[in-house]
Amino acid sequence: MLGLPGAGLRVALFATCIADTLTPDTPKAVVTVLERLGCVVEFPPGQTCCGQIMTNTGYFDAAVASVRNHVRSFAGYDHIVAPSGSCVASVRDQHVMLARRTGDARLVEQASQTAARTLDFTEFLVDVLGVTDVGAYFPHRVTYHPSCHGARFLRLGDRPTRLLQAVEGLELVPLPAADQCCGFGGTFSIKIPDVSIAMATDKARHVVETGADFVVAGENSCLMNIGGVLHRDGAAVRTVHLAEVLAHTRADAA
Amino acid sequence: MSPNSAPAQRRTPAPPPGTWLGMPAFPKAAREQLQRAEQRQNLARATTHIRGKRAERAAEVADWEELRTAAAQIKTRVARHLDTYLVQAEEAMTAAGITVHWARDAAEANRIVGEIALAKGVDEVVKIKSMVTQEIDLNEHLESIGVAAWETDLAELIVQLGHDRPSHILVPAIHRNRREVREIFAEEMGRYGTPAPPTMTDDPEELAEAARAHLRAKFLRAEMAVSGANFLIAETGTVVIVESEGNGRMCLTLPETLVSVIGIEKILPTVADLEVFLTLLPRSSTGERMNPYTSLWTGVTPGDGPQDLHVVLLDNGRTDVLADPEGRAALRCIRCSACLNICPVYERVGGHAYGSPYPGPIGAILNPQLRGVASEVDQALPYASSLCGACNDVCPVRIPFTDILVHLRHKVVEHKTEHHPTAEQAAFSAIGWVMADGRNLAKAQLASRAGGAVLGDRWLGNRVIGRLPLPIAGRWLRARDVDAPPAQTFRAWWAARTPAAPPVDGSADAATEDRA
Repeated sequence: MLGLPGAGLRVALFATCIADTLTPDTPKAVVTVLERLGCVVEFPPGQTCCGQIMTNTGYFDAAVASVRNHVRSFAGYDHIVAPSGSCVASVRDQHVMLARRTGDARLVEQASQTAARTLDFTEFLVDVLGVTDVGAYFPHRVTYHPSCHGARFLRLGDRPTRLLQAVEGLELVPLPAADQCCGFGGTFSIKIPDVSIAMATDKARHVVETGADFVVAGENSCLMNIGGVLHRDGAAVRTVHLAEVLAHTRADAA
Repeated sequence: MSPNSAPAQRRTPAPPPGTWLGMPAFPKAAREQLQRAEQRQNLARATTHIRGKRAERAAEVADWEELRTAAAQIKTRVARHLDTYLVQAEEAMTAAGITVHWARDAAEANRIVGEIALAKGVDEVVKIKSMVTQEIDLNEHLESIGVAAWETDLAELIVQLGHDRPSHILVPAIHRNRREVREIFAEEMGRYGTPAPPTMTDDPEELAEAARAHLRAKFLRAEMAVSGANFLIAETGTVVIVESEGNGRMCLTLPETLVSVIGIEKILPTVADLEVFLTLLPRSSTGERMNPYTSLWTGVTPGDGPQDLHVVLLDNGRTDVLADPEGRAALRCIRCSACLNICPVYERVGGHAYGSPYPGPIGAILNPQLRGVASEVDQALPYASSLCGACNDVCPVRIPFTDILVHLRHKVVEHKTEHHPTAEQAAFSAIGWVMADGRNLAKAQLASRAGGAVLGDRWLGNRVIGRLPLPIAGRWLRARDVDAPPAQTFRAWWAARTPAAPPVDGSADAATEDRA
């Protein structure tokens, strides 16, 4: 594997609880791409959830248990990679705040270290491995929804679209009002369902307007929300996580 | 607001019945607002237009991000030394001939303004658009003591004549279109002064001309004006008002008496600090490079403008906000409304659902701090956001909206569970237990897989809604299908793929140690 951009790099996969449970194809795709690029991928089995559903609903004490588990599970890794902007943002932006509330200085230190080593999948590919062409083949018309946490909290910028543009056969079409939230928002989607649905409906309409075959995002919860409306409305557009697009090769298509 | 002193007949148009806090809480209010198709169109059109202009004007300023940082730092310094700055401002204003009053709360502020009006023997005042007087509901207090308060800002006039409430900080009638404005003017102007011309169409120029004629009579006879303030300079005691229409300049120059109600957070240390704020505010607010009218006054100038100047410094919960280190950044707000215009939630529901004259993201973080989280309205507000973070990025004073929203959600949870546990708390404790250990999650996944097998269908939607017992499932499935759980979790796939994978540092074994 010498000569590959990821040769010799040991990477801890943070699958995220949602993807682990509901969309396992996404973390599998991350494994596929990272191994194709020469990385040694490990899945620390103690991992669960970043805790954002608890944090963002105001249940800080319940979330602290997740933080403790998270820093324990990912101790000792230099590269922690997750296919979710919001989970990465939670680890980076909220874990230290939660740890501070406990008054446990060791936990604060551990949370700071984990936060500093946690990257979104696209950041790891572009910034650490220095690649945009990962050898993928996806002969479809796609549009990209830049999820709020990726775009505004992680500042992923053009990393995701650079990766998509390097995919062989892929036609990327712009999404109108792309920067607007899809309306998922975690428990927002069930606490204020009417507004959430109004936002998701507008997002789905814009997706359909593009004429794309697939709407791509780096966040499965957004895709679940947008896809839920698309499917209910009988739209032909399908949802797919960015990692799964990047994992797809000519061999898969054959 | 003693009912005994209330005149038999109102002088000004009555607002809608009820109070802000008596309104339904956000989830229900939002649902009602979403039904108003015409309002949704008005809001979408207006917010899309104004946020586009803001983005253009911000992009023109090379050091925009540095200016935002400077503004945040200046406001943070003001908050840190507010006690000193307030005393400095009081001394400077007093030396310049302004009578300074201190008001702990809305009732005190209203009483002070009312007493000035009665002492002056006036039975009407003209008003400059002011958020703080909306906050304390000054107009209704003045009405109750027989003093008519006339709004002179065009949009406030539309709201007042329309027996309505403001729905936006900058554009209080944003929920109305010009056809509705024409109807309101034609119907109501004649009852309270100069009527609208009978030939008036819904052409904006004709509407503005009708408003000019209606207001002119009020400006010319007014003996007292009431304003808020955008800034109060501690060093010099200078009061600053930024406006677009010139109605403010009329109020600030024609009447003999001028009373300005000013929240204690409006302080800036020096006149030089205006450089930062007068660049940020109009571009963030109206999307203009410079607003048409900026008025600054430092006390009384004999023979020129109002000769009797008053300033009412208002707390009304602001020191409570200041006392909270996580929430106090909300006091930096300069009421530009960029957060409203960018907010996807505000764009769809408008301002009335927030139960306060401060709607949108700033309302969601300010009201529960100014008023506390005892009411249902204020408990719901921190949740009136998808935490998309668009407000963080446009705020000219860098208020960390999403951090404060999450902080306030925690405060709400603490308040609600203080005396007895709630069902939601039990659910989150259960999630907390599941997520505290990878083995717990694996067990929960096994259980959910069994559920998925029973449900069967690949896509769940209308067909199975009756079979799902949870109300939260219904809220999701009202308009959205959901994929049934897959046959195998990633965790199980990984274990099958690498059967001999040794536990890494800090994995399940270490977890056991920590627990022991």
